[in-house]
Amino acid sequence: MGVFKFASCDGCQLQLLSCEDELLSIADAIDIVHFLEASSHVEPGPYDIALVEGSITTNVDRNRILEVRKHSKYLVTIGACATAGGIQALKNWGDRSDYLRAVYARPEYIETLSTSTAIADHVKVDFELRGCPINRLQLIDVILSLLADRAPRTPRHSVCLDCKRRGTVCIAVAQDAVCLGPITQAGCGAICPAYQRGCYGCFGPAAQPNCDSLADWYLAGRATPVELVPLLRNFNANAPAFRECGDRIDPFLDSGGTT
Amino acid sequence: MEEPCLIEKSELNRLIERLIREGFLVLGPRVEDSAILYCEIQSMRDLPRGYRDTQEPGKYRVAESNGENYFEFNLGPHSWKQFLFPPKQSVSSCKKTDNGWEFTTNVDSPPKFAFLGVRACELAAIEVQDRVFLEGPFVDPVYQARRESTFIIAVNCTVAASTCFCTSMGTGPKCKSAFDLALTELDDGFVVEVGTTRGRSMISDLNIRKIDREHASDSQLLQQRACDQITKRMDTSGIRNLLLENLDHPHWDDVAKRCLSCTNCTMVCPTCFCSSVTEVSNLSGDQIERERQWDSCFNVDFSYTASGTVRDDVRSRYRQWLTHKLASWHDQFDSSGCVGCGRCITWCPVGIDLTAEVAAIRNTPFSNRTLPVIQPVSKAACAFPKDFKP
Amino acid sequence: MNAKPDLTKARRSSEPWHTFPVTIRRVCAEAPNVMTYDFEFDNHSDAQQYAFSPGQFNMLYVPGAGEAAISIAGRTNEGRFLKHTIRTVGVVTQAIAKGGVGMSLGLRGPFGTSWPVDFFSHQLKRDVIVVAGGIGLAPLRSLVLFLIQHREKVGSVRLLIGARSPEDVVYESELHEWSENGVEIHVTVDRPSLNWRGQVGVVTLLLGRIAIPRPQSTLVMTCGPEVMMRYVAKSAMDRKIPTENVWLTLERNMNCAIGLCGHCQLGPKFICKDGPVFRYDYVRDLLRVQHF
Repeated sequence: MGVFKFASCDGCQLQLLSCEDELLSIADAIDIVHFLEASSHVEPGPYDIALVEGSITTNVDRNRILEVRKHSKYLVTIGACATAGGIQALKNWGDRSDYLRAVYARPEYIETLSTSTAIADHVKVDFELRGCPINRLQLIDVILSLLADRAPRTPRHSVCLDCKRRGTVCIAVAQDAVCLGPITQAGCGAICPAYQRGCYGCFGPAAQPNCDSLADWYLAGRATPVELVPLLRNFNANAPAFRECGDRIDPFLDSGGTT
Repeated sequence: MEEPCLIEKSELNRLIERLIREGFLVLGPRVEDSAILYCEIQSMRDLPRGYRDTQEPGKYRVAESNGENYFEFNLGPHSWKQFLFPPKQSVSSCKKTDNGWEFTTNVDSPPKFAFLGVRACELAAIEVQDRVFLEGPFVDPVYQARRESTFIIAVNCTVAASTCFCTSMGTGPKCKSAFDLALTELDDGFVVEVGTTRGRSMISDLNIRKIDREHASDSQLLQQRACDQITKRMDTSGIRNLLLENLDHPHWDDVAKRCLSCTNCTMVCPTCFCSSVTEVSNLSGDQIERERQWDSCFNVDFSYTASGTVRDDVRSRYRQWLTHKLASWHDQFDSSGCVGCGRCITWCPVGIDLTAEVAAIRNTPFSNRTLPVIQPVSKAACAFPKDFKP
Repeated sequence: MNAKPDLTKARRSSEPWHTFPVTIRRVCAEAPNVMTYDFEFDNHSDAQQYAFSPGQFNMLYVPGAGEAAISIAGRTNEGRFLKHTIRTVGVVTQAIAKGGVGMSLGLRGPFGTSWPVDFFSHQLKRDVIVVAGGIGLAPLRSLVLFLIQHREKVGSVRLLIGARSPEDVVYESELHEWSENGVEIHVTVDRPSLNWRGQVGVVTLLLGRIAIPRPQSTLVMTCGPEVMMRYVAKSAMDRKIPTENVWLTLERNMNCAIGLCGHCQLGPKFICKDGPVFRYDYVRDLLRVQHF
């Protein structure tokens, strides 16, 4: 197995590191030959499993992911960056040169694409594991499935189902919270609503989400577009369902859609 | 049934104490997390005294009022389903041995429940789930183990929420059966009706008074007040055929535009019984629990088959839920699957109201019908062989 | 004839989650991605109390991967052995294919309704037409073997097989034996190979061509893609076979197999307990509704 980092915060790789106890118990079955976060010792491919964290934001990375794909049997993307472009995909709505000037003293040294995009926009991905960060138990499940040569299964239902299973009172209904739970994929364990905080969509859109209906309901009295758009444009800003809904209600967007 | 009697309010404490003493886990309403939930209670102090709730589609609020009553509110997001049909429950487990897998059917020993504050619609819901889990060809051992020992103290509603429509479904607001004891809360006591001999013996050491005419009429008036406060209606006449005749009605597309398919309605519904068994494995994969979890017909993967997903859009999933609940449930279990509790209306994050959707279908006859009416088929008409040996 | 079986009573008291340990003893390739497996009960006592009727299904359980509902393809009296023909398509069936001979797994069953085998009698000697599409022959195999075994209770037995291509015809090696035992077999394929000498076209065409001298006492039993079965039923009707003589078997997502989980509903029907075998006229209208 190889672990590869692209534009990201390393948080998902940390989740893998925090699996060390679990990984020990399957250590016989798995050999991690490329994991810079954990060890500077690397071995060349091919890899049975490539775990890819991060999004594509530079030309160099665009070529590097092609190489990774070429040498990997299963390519699994992990986290919101790799599966939807991450928080850095906010740049897709801005002007690259403005950002470069605002952040860097010498912007001319920076070479970057104008967009941050998911790995699947560049190469074939065998499985996408969502989350910001990913859920470590789901990661282990994916690895175990691949070891058994099975397609991994992670639920695609909404966060609401998990809230109800754990008995959390719906804060959207009981407290008028602006919560993305109904359109967000489960996987986090429905943590935020259990602490009286609206879901902010870390695991990206659930299967067949009806974002427009929820947005319209919130806009009819509970939130303004200025509040709602940033919620949709968060860690999974460039996930198509969130992106399209955010763009539809964005009062500052002149023409529909971005690149 | 014997004559109702009267107890002082504080006598309820003694009833709770007795239940606890006899080994029951007493569950009742309690204010928690901005809602009235069903939780373990130790005494009347835990009850939501003076609390009122207000409900409308997609909205629920609980607030303290200057009232003194213990049960002057309606339904919260919880239903008793969570105790009889737990959201997560291991049904079997297996262990890898040198000689292959060893399978064990899990026999759990749940606590004896005493439910305090079960409303009429909720009694009806428990009866609906009894038919599902206990009266089919297969009995659900998880439900059976819990249901058999459960002691039920019902409470007659004296107020109603705007989302209530038990009167349309013929399930309330008065508790008529399926309880051990039923209470009606007056200003100066509880009127107690006894439903079973078990209920009778449980109040044997309470200070019971005969009910006088004034108490009887107060009790009547309060129950009538609840009735009068119910404004929501669902016309159930011919509802089975109405829905099954309109499976291609354009209104399903209209609901699909609003429905989030988020599963909330099915989770709060006290009769919805869908579930999935999932594998919970240890890391080495040699010890596995099979855990049954609440699931929902609103999930895309719920109808997955090798040849494709059957209900692959929101339209077909909402239609499945509503037609099952209100129409085909009659074919399957000889009753409606809806008890008129209104939870699905309150707890829908976008306030979809099933009574309005049914009315919309009823009020806009659809003439381009291409589908036949689904006729009921007698349950006996199945093809089991006579010489079958299980 | 349609009385509810004693089975229900017996089942009520038993454990619906009870799982028999079984082991794969033999694997035989049938078609691309399709294999027939012989399972043996690990415990003799399990084998003794287990009995099924043609058309019923089992839940095959691979610990860690989950369960899959698979129809039983074998003879009703194979003792310790059970035969299943399985297409490798999902997580569970992949695991079974990978496991192969010697794999230990679990089995719950049998579940569901069976083909109307109690309709066969010495007096009536009904004619039977069995129509299979592709791997749809699997749940019909146990029926064909039952008919061979009870040959004296039926009139003519015809088996019409439709497959995508010649290599998709399952149980090919057995067809000769079946025909020697009084089963008239016709095979048609959609895409013939170069050396294919049989018929080409959809299976319903065969139903249109064969002689049906006694339509009123002819039974049609079919399994295949839903759309195929609907055309089979239509062709049967065109040949004056009454709708109540047509039987089919349906597929839906099955999770519990005991009518308690809700997955397999088709309108008022639970496929797992009201089916999978249905009299056609009981489900005809349901099958016309898209995404139902």
